[in-house]
Amino acid sequence: MKRLKNFLFLLAAAPVVAFASGANVHLDKAPVNLADQDSLQRGARLFVNYCLSCHSAASMRYSRLQDLGLTEDQIKDNLLFAAEKPGETMKVAMSKADAKAWFGAAPPDLSVIARSRGADWLYTYLRGFYRDETRATGWNNTVFDKVGMPHVLWNLQGEMVPVYKKDDSGHEVIERLELAKPGSVTLAEYDAMAGDLVNYLVWMGEPGQLKRKQLGLIVLAFLAFFFVVAYYLKKEFWKDIH
Amino acid sequence: MSQEADGQKVDTRKRKFLIAATSAVGGVAAVAVVAPMLMSMMPSARAKAAGAPVEVDISKVEPGMLLTVEWRGKPVWVVNRSKEMLEMLGKHDAQLTDPNSELPQQPAYCKNPTRSLKPEYLVAVGICTHLGCSPTYRKEIGAADLGADWPGGFFCPCHGSRFDLAARVFKNVPAPTNLVIPPHQYLSEDRLLIGVDAKGA
Amino acid sequence: MSALQKMMGWVDARFPLTATYKAHLSEYYAPKNFNFWYFFGSLALLVLVLQIVTGIFLTMNYKPDAELAFASVEYIMRDVEWGWLIRYMHSTGASMFFVVVYLHMFRGLMYGSYRKPRELIWIFGVLIYLALMAEAFLGYLLPWGQMSFWGAQVIVNLFSAVPFIGEDLSIWIRGDYVIGDATLNRFFAFHVIALPLVLLGLVAVHLIALHEVGSNNPDGIEIKKHKDPVTHIPLDGIPFHPYYTVKDIVGVIVFLMVFSAIMFFGPEMGGYFLEAANFIPADPLKTPEHIAPLWYFTPFYAILRAVPPMFGSQFPGVVAMGMSIVLMFFLPWLDRGKVKSIRYRGPIYKIMLALFIVSFIGLGYLGLLPSTPVATIFAQVFSVIYFLFFLLMPWYTSIDKTKPEPERVTG
Repeated sequence: MKRLKNFLFLLAAAPVVAFASGANVHLDKAPVNLADQDSLQRGARLFVNYCLSCHSAASMRYSRLQDLGLTEDQIKDNLLFAAEKPGETMKVAMSKADAKAWFGAAPPDLSVIARSRGADWLYTYLRGFYRDETRATGWNNTVFDKVGMPHVLWNLQGEMVPVYKKDDSGHEVIERLELAKPGSVTLAEYDAMAGDLVNYLVWMGEPGQLKRKQLGLIVLAFLAFFFVVAYYLKKEFWKDIH
Repeated sequence: MSQEADGQKVDTRKRKFLIAATSAVGGVAAVAVVAPMLMSMMPSARAKAAGAPVEVDISKVEPGMLLTVEWRGKPVWVVNRSKEMLEMLGKHDAQLTDPNSELPQQPAYCKNPTRSLKPEYLVAVGICTHLGCSPTYRKEIGAADLGADWPGGFFCPCHGSRFDLAARVFKNVPAPTNLVIPPHQYLSEDRLLIGVDAKGA
Repeated sequence: MSALQKMMGWVDARFPLTATYKAHLSEYYAPKNFNFWYFFGSLALLVLVLQIVTGIFLTMNYKPDAELAFASVEYIMRDVEWGWLIRYMHSTGASMFFVVVYLHMFRGLMYGSYRKPRELIWIFGVLIYLALMAEAFLGYLLPWGQMSFWGAQVIVNLFSAVPFIGEDLSIWIRGDYVIGDATLNRFFAFHVIALPLVLLGLVAVHLIALHEVGSNNPDGIEIKKHKDPVTHIPLDGIPFHPYYTVKDIVGVIVFLMVFSAIMFFGPEMGGYFLEAANFIPADPLKTPEHIAPLWYFTPFYAILRAVPPMFGSQFPGVVAMGMSIVLMFFLPWLDRGKVKSIRYRGPIYKIMLALFIVSFIGLGYLGLLPSTPVATIFAQVFSVIYFLFFLLMPWYTSIDKTKPEPERVTG
């Protein structure tokens, strides 16, 4: 009976095949809304300003940002630091070898990071950095233990420190993070910025997804109509058969 | 197995209509499936970006100098023609195959004696219209190997074709047409944009 | 004679066009009682054509090079006009191919379509299934994601479990000491040309064999037993064209609705059709926490893992996995039942088939999960049931109390 209960528990818990590097940490829900172009534009600006110095997004072209409601001139004036022409892709100057030497691991390309990690993980990650003197960068992260990335947005969020508690087996685990030194924006504002950035990353993972869904509605409507026509044809011919 | 076995007659008109309707809708479906595949063969965003217009700073191009830039994988010459060079242009029309640029080797706004927007600047694709070699720049008037009446221009070493300083082809050479003038516009005194007309390409 | 008739006459004098049309469409007689389960053959053919056509267009832009492959897929998704649609059609089509084929095979199990005189159709079918699994496995390496790489690594390593020749065999398959560019390029060649040709050939002979004996039906009786004395047309037979062409069109449209719903609204299918881990470029130095094959392979993966290592070798598991498919070939001879269709079988067969299906689906589910001691016990139980379904079949099908088959087809 115990084995059956174990198995049924396994069945129920199956969907949580955690991919994250680290144990099953609770993930906060990311406020993804791809229809919110303002949010996506803010996210794009954050991405270009903070992420592109180390991370590339080599499959993403600057000119595609026009899908977010930006003009080519707006892109050229505000977002085109690391490239000359808007048709170029978001490459980064740092070589992979240098990156590995400086950070321990080469910063991964972020073109499809939202499709591999998921929005909730990214949202929790961006808000999960805390001070850790044992780490070379001085920072650690609740969802990505011993991450090589420093808290790039620390001047915005401020410095968080962990609050520990003892779990059922007596081990010390992080219960939550607390603000030790405020940043240039409030925590609520920072969470909103992280939300914008994640929203942008989800969009960047598949820029055509809104159009895909719109087209899907048209295709299904057409097929429903086609079904009716073909069904009548079938019924008419099958009158012959008894 | 007779179709009228149960006494019912076959409504042929209705069947023909339904067949036609199904075929029509099916035809639309077939086009809807095939069209994206055929369209996928058009230049991709990467090809379009690589073929994007090229901006050139021409402030340092002295009179008589030739600057070469790459556009869509092709060499494009920007030649700053001196007054002397420009004066030579009108004097040898009889030796040219197409002196008035009748054939469409240039945009409409370059169908003029200097084949350019600004008289001083020649903007031409540096590929011989014979078999695709890149001609050499021979601006010396009356050069020894080209003849005393050489007005300055371009000489293709592969098969001997000659073009004048407006990139017009001479008669009795292998190349059939004048060199191509690409679409272009001037963004300012110093900045030339190759690849797009002033009204947009 | 009209111009069209004259033209057809010219062709027919040189090529059996009208003769073929009559023999295989307008005068090919199929049982009139085909039900829902009989849609999946034509749907499988549709998906095959779809995969080939979308595959051709993908090949125009995909780069089979370890450095370029992953980025080339994203290039197709973003920069190629309608590239995203072609890619999703191909990835959705791959999974839907297996949905359709499994349902098609299940129909065969239910109605005894593999029984004499259709054993060869069944054998060609199992060969198609094997070729399809190989095609899918080869294709999955091509995106060069983490799951592509490590899935191939695990499966090719299975070959190294073969005694004596295993290590050399694996190196020969890979073309290198580890999965790399050499492997990618040859998998590409096999996936794009070799196996599609094999598949097309097998489908052709599968259909030729079918048309030679005529189709089975849900009642499992032979319609050729009762023919019209004058025309010699089976009394329960109807011409494939127009009746089944017209019916299959409806089936195709319903299928396309399901297909489109998935493709446009959920092409990843929660990670079952496109795995999240595969959006990370392959990294030979970093093994993912959880390597699982795509859903359509998981039943056999579960059988593989259920067999413990013996004498320090994983080979027995490999043998078990192989046997689980090889046994399918023998079905026509394992089944000693007096009737073909489940409609007239006794209770024993119905229970065994139900147990088989539960086990197959159970194994499929377990194959998706990480290996744990509890899961392994269940996998072992299901594997035993799976094998017993086949191995005990000569016995339980002969003692089973069947019902009398009808002379003529029922609904």
